[in-house]
Amino acid sequence: MALFDLRLQDVHNRLAGGELSVSELVDASFGRIAETDERVKAFLTLDEEGARTAAADLDKQLRDGGERGLLFGLPAGIKDNIVTEGLLTTCGSQFLRNYDPIYDATAVKKLKAAQSVTIGKLNMDEFAMGGSNENSSFYPTRNPWNTEYVPGGSSGGSAASVAAGQVYFALGSDTGGSIRQPAAYCGIVGLKPTYGLISRFGLVAFASSLDQIGPLTKNVEDAAYVLQAIAGHDPMDSTSANVDIPDYIGSLTGDIKGLKIGVPKEYIDQGIDPKVKEAVLEALKKLEELGASWEEISLPHTEYAVATYYLLASSEASSNLARFDGVRYGVRTDDPDNLLDLYRKSRSEGLGPEVKRRIMLGTYALSSGYYDAYYLKAQKARTLIKQDFDKAFQSCDLIVGPTAPTTAFRIGEQVGDPLTMYLNDICTIPVSLAGVPAISVPCGMANGLPVGLQIIGKAFDERTVLRAAHAFEQHTDHHKRRPQL
Amino acid sequence: MSITIKDVEHVANLARLALSDAEKEQFTVQLNDILKYVDKLGELNTDDVEPTSHVLQVTNVMREDEVRASLPVETALRNAPDEEDGQFKVPAVLD
Repeated sequence: MALFDLRLQDVHNRLAGGELSVSELVDASFGRIAETDERVKAFLTLDEEGARTAAADLDKQLRDGGERGLLFGLPAGIKDNIVTEGLLTTCGSQFLRNYDPIYDATAVKKLKAAQSVTIGKLNMDEFAMGGSNENSSFYPTRNPWNTEYVPGGSSGGSAASVAAGQVYFALGSDTGGSIRQPAAYCGIVGLKPTYGLISRFGLVAFASSLDQIGPLTKNVEDAAYVLQAIAGHDPMDSTSANVDIPDYIGSLTGDIKGLKIGVPKEYIDQGIDPKVKEAVLEALKKLEELGASWEEISLPHTEYAVATYYLLASSEASSNLARFDGVRYGVRTDDPDNLLDLYRKSRSEGLGPEVKRRIMLGTYALSSGYYDAYYLKAQKARTLIKQDFDKAFQSCDLIVGPTAPTTAFRIGEQVGDPLTMYLNDICTIPVSLAGVPAISVPCGMANGLPVGLQIIGKAFDERTVLRAAHAFEQHTDHHKRRPQL
Repeated sequence: MSITIKDVEHVANLARLALSDAEKEQFTVQLNDILKYVDKLGELNTDDVEPTSHVLQVTNVMREDEVRASLPVETALRNAPDEEDGQFKVPAVLD
């Protein structure tokens, strides 16, 4: 059995028993990267020196019998829009190709406190804008199940790396589905927590009212461990929720008797690949066998979610990305005529087409004369979408459906058609707009590629989401499948 | 609502982007497609609907007004494309 197929608890037992060292784990990670990353292209930057030094320190600690953190010794990859002190953070953009952060994101600090080992930084769609990883300005990451296919986006590097067995777990970020959709396409587990549960301090902002950091793992138990390590209030993030952090790991009881599940007809009626639908219905049957009950519900404003999202996310992006002006960090154009010219040329040279398109859309939606028709209208539509969820959660504990309407598509297939690409996120976007938590877990295969089941919960009820996902996983083998690389 | 190349030029100026002619043409087509799609929000009656800018009940967050150490100048300038005398250097704003 490959090292990274072991459960976290087994890895920790072997470390404690002296059968394994952290240095061996880290070696295994770099070995697997050397073996596979030429084909997968998940990493942008590797930190061999830092990782080996950290591993040696942890091994010493192990010998000295010190206390071990929750993620002790586990090799981790970090999406490249989460800043890491002294380790290049590019956001997948030429604009930041030389950016050397002067601090760690809170989530990274917490990972370090939990004693995981950072292996390097993972590829992504530029500034997290995209659903396929083809918008990385360096190179596209490939799906480990079939390297002709996309891994999903924008945390495609994170998902592909975990699926390829290069790292034990990875951090990603999700704005409209960017953790869940690539997790589904790559056959792994991806959790987007409730908005505000994990600090966004040090996450390079795309759409601040939607962005969330979350774990990508091989199984639900690992997701609970990573969440436990990184959740919690942060005074450095003014939108961080000040709530008590429950015992996520303890919530994995395996018992889901009596849980009431709603299945939105809007997620399974139209535009869904019949084989994806079949896998989701099979999964519902399994949940029913385990004692849950389900009924069809309606989230009637789903058809407006994609339009709402693209207006709001682009508007926020146009504002957030104004900071990339070539003055304080990032690249600067050669020989500008004047200051305005410096801004314009630095941005035009450094930013890619999808980023420019969204800045343009957002600037337009916020501009004088159009604000009411676009931005304000979208804010009101968001209220209606959120109310759909509030209403649904009055009668059910969870909402379940597909993570994406199809399996992964071929690289290049949708590049020229941004609107079609946007519609891939139809099942994940409403959840982001409502700010509630959701997990994607593997639930089968279609067309030779993995299918994801999305389990959505009430705000701050990650425990029920994890419990149901874990129970499902314990009674199926989908999460044990590995791509042949 | 449809937008023209002129609108694209205006928005690009607001967004501090210098677009090539090819980009202007491409964005005119693509933004029109996207705007046509988002116009479906017009179907929704939102007369009595309050806008949601944030899903959490967000309130102003304050910290104690205490004196703290600031970043060392060399750290703050670590990523500066150009600097002089401990400051970010840019082209002259006034002639």
